[in-house]
Amino acid sequence: METTNNVKTSSQIPRIGDKAPNFEAESTFGPLQLEDFKGSWLVFFSHPADFTPVCTTEFIEFAKNYEKLRKLNCELLGLSIDSIFSHISWVRNIEEKFGVKIPFPIIVDLDASVANLYGMIMPGDSNTETSRCVFVIDPDGKIRAMIYYPLTTGRNIDEIIRLVQALQTTDKHTVATPANWRPGEKVIVPPPRSQEAAQERMNQDYDCVDWYFCKKSLEKD
Amino acid sequence: MACIDKDGNITRSAELMLLAAVEPNDIETIIRECGLAPFRVRSGLRELEKVGLIQMKGNLYQVTPMGIEKLEGKLSH
Repeated sequence: METTNNVKTSSQIPRIGDKAPNFEAESTFGPLQLEDFKGSWLVFFSHPADFTPVCTTEFIEFAKNYEKLRKLNCELLGLSIDSIFSHISWVRNIEEKFGVKIPFPIIVDLDASVANLYGMIMPGDSNTETSRCVFVIDPDGKIRAMIYYPLTTGRNIDEIIRLVQALQTTDKHTVATPANWRPGEKVIVPPPRSQEAAQERMNQDYDCVDWYFCKKSLEKD
Repeated sequence: MACIDKDGNITRSAELMLLAAVEPNDIETIIRECGLAPFRVRSGLRELEKVGLIQMKGNLYQVTPMGIEKLEGKLSH
């Protein structure tokens, strides 16, 4: 842990497969613990600062897609190193200026304690702001995916939704998903782990290019 | 405190949770009756319990006499 410009930064970053670190923090919806989200998927994301243009575009897009995420049993939770009054004021400003209500909570993390738990501060990018980090956490509280964008580049919210859909599909059907996969498209059948299984694979009703590369439609299940 | 403002008034979401716990209810029932996201109900019930407006009996939540007073005050406005 090192201190720069009064913000302590940690090099600790949780990894995919780790249990998401629990926390209790003030938010625009009142005090929240990570454990309050158990049973739901969660997209937990940080943004550099309130009242900044790129973050505003991201929040508008997150808000517009909130219902789509709720239908996937997925909640949104934002975070930045700003005060509760800044968060409230910014949320109200977005509603007033852009006509978009922010329907999800934003964590107040003035001492960067939660940001440090999740490695959201990238000192090479900024010592005092959180980068654009995304943690996809499953209903059991396990980190399933992580995305990091720099301060300058707004995230693709559609990709985050696609990621949640892909993870849920993997869990439900024990399959993998190919590049650019979209719901309804063919999925990857996990490669066989023995010669016998490889031979049998070729005789199954899959769309196989070779023994290790087989796809199938989920509708057949 | 999100469920109570600085004047001691309960918020709309707190009111919904208290109403759902007038009879002892488990958290799933309260979530269903409130129509709020489960995370909001979990955090809200924790806060309401802290300020003494709700109490737990086993795995059931029930409004306390102080919670009833708050509800009656809210409903009389």
